[in-house]
Amino acid sequence: MTIFGFRLPGMSSLLLWGLVWEIVGRLGITFFVPPLSAVFATLFEIIGTPAFLKALSETAYAFGVGVTAAIAIGVPTGILMGRSRLLDELLLPWVNIFLSAPLTALVPVLMVLFGFGMTSIIITTALFAIWIIILNARAGVMQINRSLVEMARCFGASPLAAFTKIYFWSALPEILSGVRIGVIRAVKGVIIGQLLISIVGFGALFELYSANFLMTHFWAVLIVLFAMAFSISELLAYLERRVSYYAAKR
Amino acid sequence: MSQTRAAPRSTVPLAADIAVRTRDVSKHYGTVEALRNLSLDFPRGQLTSLLGPSGCGKTTLLKIIAGLIPATSGQIEVSGKTVTGPGPDRAFVFQDFALLPWASVLRNVAFGLELRGVARSEREAIAEKYIRDVGLAGFETSYPHQLSGGMRQRVGLARALSVNAEVLLMDEPFSAVDEQTRRKFQEDLLALVANENKTFIFVTHSIEEAVYVSDQIAILLPRPSRVSEVIRPTGIRDKGADNIRRDPEYLDIVDRIWASLRSYVE
Repeated sequence: MTIFGFRLPGMSSLLLWGLVWEIVGRLGITFFVPPLSAVFATLFEIIGTPAFLKALSETAYAFGVGVTAAIAIGVPTGILMGRSRLLDELLLPWVNIFLSAPLTALVPVLMVLFGFGMTSIIITTALFAIWIIILNARAGVMQINRSLVEMARCFGASPLAAFTKIYFWSALPEILSGVRIGVIRAVKGVIIGQLLISIVGFGALFELYSANFLMTHFWAVLIVLFAMAFSISELLAYLERRVSYYAAKR
Repeated sequence: MSQTRAAPRSTVPLAADIAVRTRDVSKHYGTVEALRNLSLDFPRGQLTSLLGPSGCGKTTLLKIIAGLIPATSGQIEVSGKTVTGPGPDRAFVFQDFALLPWASVLRNVAFGLELRGVARSEREAIAEKYIRDVGLAGFETSYPHQLSGGMRQRVGLARALSVNAEVLLMDEPFSAVDEQTRRKFQEDLLALVANENKTFIFVTHSIEEAVYVSDQIAILLPRPSRVSEVIRPTGIRDKGADNIRRDPEYLDIVDRIWASLRSYVE
C-alpha cells in the first residue's frame, strides 16, 4: 500500500493496531489490557529467565518431535493411500473423521492413556498435524500424470524407484502445502495440549500467570507464541513458493 | 534432386526379420471388445504405422506391445521372446512427452538409464550424445517448461533412443506439436529410421503422416478393432524426403486410405 507517495512495508498496519492497544491500556479501561509498552517491557524481562527458557525448550521439543512424527508417518501413508485403492478405502473415512473432529476433546483421553506429561503433548501435536498432511500427500499422488507412471514402468522402474523418483516429487507441491497447514495446526496442538495438561512448557506459564493475574506476563507469552506460529507459517510458505514454481507448469 | 537416402530397404521381409509379432491378440474391457484376434508382423529395421479412426484401439495395441496393459488373449513376441510386461528391448515415446518437470533436460534424457542403474557419468555421457543428435545441444540444463512442445518431444525421443532398445514405440508423438515442427519431425524421423537400426511402431491418426514416414501401414478399423489392410508404400521410399509429397504414388495411397476410412469417421 502507498500513502502520500510512500510505499509502506508489509504489515505496517500492525503499528496502528499497536497504538490502539497502547491507548486502551493507558486509559485503564480494564485490568485485563495493560499498555502494550508494559507488555513488551515484561517480555524483555522474562525472555531470559530460566522459567521462560525451560517452557520454550519444552514446547520446541514437543513441537519438533510431534511435527516430525506427523510428517514421517503422514507423507508415506498419504502416498500409499493415493496408490492403493484398498488402503484408501480402509483409511480414508478415519482420516476425514479425524480431520474435522474437535481433537481437543481427545486430549483428556490421551492423558489417561499416556500420562500427564510430554508424551501426551507430543501425541496431541502429531494428531493435530497428521490428517491434513495425509490428505494432501494423497491428493498430490492422485493427480499425478498417468503417462509419468507409464513412463516409469516402460523404462523398468522398481516400485521403490517409482516411489522415490516419481510419486514423491510429483506430489511434492501438495505435500508441502499439507505440511504447512499441518504445522500451523501443530502449533495449536502443542499449545492446547500444554494448556489442558498444564504442567509443562508454556501451559504451565499460562496457568501460573493467569492464576496470579500477571496480565503483562500473560500477554507477553501470548505475543511470543503468536509471533512464533506466524514466523513458522511464513517460512514454510516461502519454501512452498520456491518448490511450486514448476508445479504450475507440469 | 536429393537422393541422399540410405540404400533401399528390403521390401519383402524374411520370416527371421520380424522384430515384433502379435498373434491373435484380443482385448476386452468388461463387455467392450477393444481388439479382436489381431495378428500383425512388424519387420525389423522398418517403420510400421498403426493408422485408423479414433477409438480403433491403435494406442491400446501399442500399449499391449509395450507391456503396459495385458492382452486378454493372444501373444506378443519381441525377437522371439513372449512379452509379459515392459522390458529393456522396447522404449516408448509419449504423446504428452511424459517428462519430469522437476528435472533438467540432461536428467530427463538420462532417466531411462538412471532407472537401469547406469552410473551417473556414463549415463550423462550417453544422454549428451543423444541430446546433440536430436538437435538440443546447449539445452542440457534447461527445464521442460522452458522448452517449446517440439523441443520437449525431442527430449522424449532422446530418452527413448538413449536406452538403446531395439523397438521404439511411438504413441502419436507429433500430435501435440505445431504443423511446421511436425513436418521437420517427420523428415528427421525418416533419417532416424535410415540411420538407426531399430524397429519403429508408430501410432498416428494422420493419413499423410503415415504414408510419408512408413515402410508399412496397418489400417485398423474399429468396433472391434482388427487389421483391415496392410499397405507397403515401397515405391516412394527411395525418392528422398523432399520429393515424397509430390509423388503420384504418395497421393494415390493417401486417397485410397481415405476412401477406406471415410465411412468410419463420424
